[in-house]
Amino acid sequence: MSKIELRSAGPILEMRNISKTFGKLRALRNVQFSVAEGEIHALMGENGAGKSTLMKILAGAIRPDAGSEISIGGTLVAMTGPMAAKALGIAVIYQELSLSPNLSVAENIYLGRELRGKGLAAGWLDRAAMIEGSAEVLRRLGASFTADAKVCDLTLAERQLVEIARAVHSNSKILIMDEPTTTLSERETERLFTIIRALRDEGLAIVYISHRMEEIYELSDRVTVLRDGTYVGTLETHAISPNAIVQMMVGRDISTFYKKNHDAHNLRGKPILSVKGMSDARRVKDCSLELHESEVLGIAGLVGAGRTELARLIYGADKASAGSVAVDGVVKRIATPLDAIRAGILYLTEDRKELGLFLDMSICNNINVGVASRDARMGGLLNFRKSRERSAQAIKDLNIKVTSAKGLVGALSGGNQQKVLLSRLLELNPRVLILDEPTRGVDIGAKSEIYRLIDNLAQRGIGVIVISSELPELIGICDRVLVMREGRIAGELGGPANEAINQNNIAAILTAASECDVPEHRHAQYTNLESRAS
Amino acid sequence: MNASTGNALQDALKKHQLNFMPLIHTMGMLPVLLILCVMFQLVTGYAETADFSHAWQSGRFLSWQNLSIIAQQASINTVLGAGMTFVILTGGIDLSVGSILAASAMVAVSISLVPGASFLAFPAALAGGLVLGLCNGGLIAFLRLPPFIVTLGSMTAVRGLARLLGNDTTVFNPDLPFAFIGNGSIFNIPWLVVIAFATVVISWAVLRRTVLGLHIYAVGGSPDAARLSGIRVPFVLLFVYGVSGLLSGLGGAMSAARLYAANGLQLGQSYELDAIAAVILGGTSFVGGVGSIWGTLIGALIISVLTNGLVLTGVSDIWQFIIKGFVIIGAVALDRYRLRGSART
Repeated sequence: MSKIELRSAGPILEMRNISKTFGKLRALRNVQFSVAEGEIHALMGENGAGKSTLMKILAGAIRPDAGSEISIGGTLVAMTGPMAAKALGIAVIYQELSLSPNLSVAENIYLGRELRGKGLAAGWLDRAAMIEGSAEVLRRLGASFTADAKVCDLTLAERQLVEIARAVHSNSKILIMDEPTTTLSERETERLFTIIRALRDEGLAIVYISHRMEEIYELSDRVTVLRDGTYVGTLETHAISPNAIVQMMVGRDISTFYKKNHDAHNLRGKPILSVKGMSDARRVKDCSLELHESEVLGIAGLVGAGRTELARLIYGADKASAGSVAVDGVVKRIATPLDAIRAGILYLTEDRKELGLFLDMSICNNINVGVASRDARMGGLLNFRKSRERSAQAIKDLNIKVTSAKGLVGALSGGNQQKVLLSRLLELNPRVLILDEPTRGVDIGAKSEIYRLIDNLAQRGIGVIVISSELPELIGICDRVLVMREGRIAGELGGPANEAINQNNIAAILTAASECDVPEHRHAQYTNLESRAS
Repeated sequence: MNASTGNALQDALKKHQLNFMPLIHTMGMLPVLLILCVMFQLVTGYAETADFSHAWQSGRFLSWQNLSIIAQQASINTVLGAGMTFVILTGGIDLSVGSILAASAMVAVSISLVPGASFLAFPAALAGGLVLGLCNGGLIAFLRLPPFIVTLGSMTAVRGLARLLGNDTTVFNPDLPFAFIGNGSIFNIPWLVVIAFATVVISWAVLRRTVLGLHIYAVGGSPDAARLSGIRVPFVLLFVYGVSGLLSGLGGAMSAARLYAANGLQLGQSYELDAIAAVILGGTSFVGGVGSIWGTLIGALIISVLTNGLVLTGVSDIWQFIIKGFVIIGAVALDRYRLRGSART
C-alpha cells in the first residue's frame, strides 16, 4: 500500500492532526485528510470509524481538540462555526436534506442571502432576480424543473439537486456529500453521478461518503480509509481492489463474507406463509407469495416498487384493500401488528430509529418490550428477573457490544442497535420473519453476523423474508428472490423451477419494459416520501 | 484569534459539566427544592430579626406547622400532576383537569345532599372524573384527534357542565360524609397529604412495575414503533386519559371536602396550568417517553413552597406571579441543559 504523492497544484483542503474527544471517548485521533481541486475523494470506514465526526468538524458543526489544523488553499483557518465554514466555501449535502419544503426552489437557493429590491422596493424581496439567478444554476446542472417550483412538489432526487444548486450558487469550493444515493433509484443515481463528475471537471473538490463499494469505484479518484477514529491510508481508487479496501476498513479478511451455510432445497419444508392477492389500492397490486419452512426468500426492487408497503400489509401495519394471509394453511385475520405477532409473523422495520427502537429506553427494555406481556406475573406485573435473563442471553447470543444492559439504546452503534431490535423480534418466537433492509446503516462486521444469524434461523425452521436494495446481499443469502416492480411481483429467481439468482437476471426483470413507466415511478417515489413525512 | 482563551473557557465548561452532570441527572429538581427551602428560612428569619447571624434560628418557614400547610397546599396539585404525568409521558396533554375537578366536586356535593345516597358521594366524584377522562381518551385514541384540541374543547364544555350541575350556584353541605379527608388527620398527618402520597406511590408502581407502564413509556417514545411492536396504542391512550380524569375526580372530592362546598364557576380555575408546571418542573419531557412521577411530586412541592414562602416574606400577589413564571422557565432551561448530556444519537 503506497501512499500517493500530493498533486503539484497542492490540496485545496488539508486537515492535519485532527483529534476529537467526547468525554472519555476518543472519536478521532490524529487523523489527516486532504482533497485537491477537481478531485472526487471517497471517505470510507465502518460505522463509528469517525467519518461523520470528521465531516462535522469540516462543516464547523463541532470543534476539534486543540492541536488540530485545517488549512484551505494553503492558509490555516479557524473553523469557528457553520457560518465560518460556509464563508470558506465548504458546503455539506446531508442525508436528511435541509430545504424548506414550503418555499420555492429559488427561495431555497437564496436562503439567507436573499436579494432585495432597489429604490422604492428597497427592503422587499426581489423574486424576479432570484428566479433568474437560480435558473442559470439549474440550467448548468441540467435540472428538469423550474426555479419557481415549490420544493414539496419535487422528488427526493430533485430536492438533492436543489441542495447542490445552492452549494454551487454560493460559490462553494468544497462539496461534502454524505451517502447521497441511499434513497435514489438507479437512474437517478446515474444522473447524480454525471452532475458530480461535471462539478469535478469545473474544479470543485468533492468529498464523497458511501458504504457502497461500486459507487466508490465508479466515481472516486482517491479514497481515504478511517478505522476506529484513526487514519489508515489514502490511495488511488483504481490501484486497489475492493477486498483490500474492505480489509483496510475492518482490519481483517472477509472473503467468506456473503456465503450462506444452509441449503434450503434440502431443508425446505412445507409452506408456512402464503399471501394471496395482497393489494392496498395504491402502491401494492395483487401480490401473492409463498414462503416455506427453512427458506430465505429475498424481495428485490427499486425504491418505490412497493416492497416495504407489501411487508407492512402482511404485518397488518397498514390496511389492505384485498388479499389474505395464511399461516400453516390457516387463514388469519390480520388487522393490526398485534394480530400478526400472535400468528407468528414478525417484521423488522427499515427505519429502526423512527419506527423500531425506543431511543430513550434501556437496552434491556428495548429487547423485552414485545415479550413483556407474555412474561408478566399476576396479570400485568413486570417480571424483572425474566427480562434480565432474556437480555443477558440475547446480548450473548447476538454478540451485542454493550457496557450494561441498563444503558440507553440510543448510545449504541448502528449495528448493535439493529441487533437489539432483532433480538426483540426473536424473543417472540417467530415462525415467519420479515426483515426490511436488515443491514442498512450497519457496519461490515455486524453485517456478516446478521447474515450468519439469518442462516441459523433458517436452519432452525423459521421462514425468513429479506427485503434489500443491495443485490450482492440478496444473491449471497437468499434461496429464492422475488423481484417487484411498480407494486407487482414481476419475476422469480432461484428455487427448483427458475433461473439462477444473479445480478444480470435480477436487473433484466427490474428494467423490463421500464422505458415507458418513468412518470409513474416518479410519482411512486414522491408519495413514499410524503407518507414517511406524515 | 484568541484561541487560547476560547480553549480555557471550553475546558472550564467541560469541568463544570463533569462535576454537575451526574448530580443533576440523578437528583432532578430536588436541589432546587432544598435551596428554595433554605432561602425562605433565611429570608423570613432576617425579616424577623434584621440580623443575619440569627436568621436561621428565627425563620418561620421551616416549622412543622408551616411544612404541614405546604404539604396540604401541594396535595391537590400533586394528585392532578400525577394524572398529568401519565398523559404527558405519552406525549399528550390534558387541559381539562381543572374543569373535571369542578364538575366532580359538584357531583359529590350534590349527591351528598340526597337523603340515603350520601355514601355514594365520594365514589360518584371518582366515577364522574373517570367517565369524563375516558371521553377525552376515546376521542384521542379512536378518532385520532390531537390531545391539545380535544382537551381544550372539553375544558370549556366541562366547565359549562359543572355550572349546569348546580344551576350556577354554590352548593353547600355542612354534614359532608367524606369531609374528614379535607380536614382530618391520621397519626397527625393530614388525610390530604396521605392521599397525595398514596397516589404518587401507586402511580409509580403502575409506571415502573407493570407491563402497562412500560407500554406508556413506549408509546411516548415513539407511537409508530409501539404499534409495530404489538402494543395496543389506543388502549394505552384511553388508559392515561382515564387515569387523568379519575385523579381529577379525586382532586374534586378533596377540594369539596376542604370547603364543605363546591362552585362550578370558581373551583379548579387554571389548575391545569399548575399541574402541567409541576410535571415539567419534575423533568418529564414534553415530547413524551421520558420522566418520572417522583419528579412531579417535587415539582408540585416547588410550586407550593414558592407560593407559601413568597406570602411569608410579604411579596405582593402581583410579584408572586412574575417570580413563579420565571422559576418555571428557569427550571425548564436547566432541564434542557441536563438532557444535553444524555446519549441520544
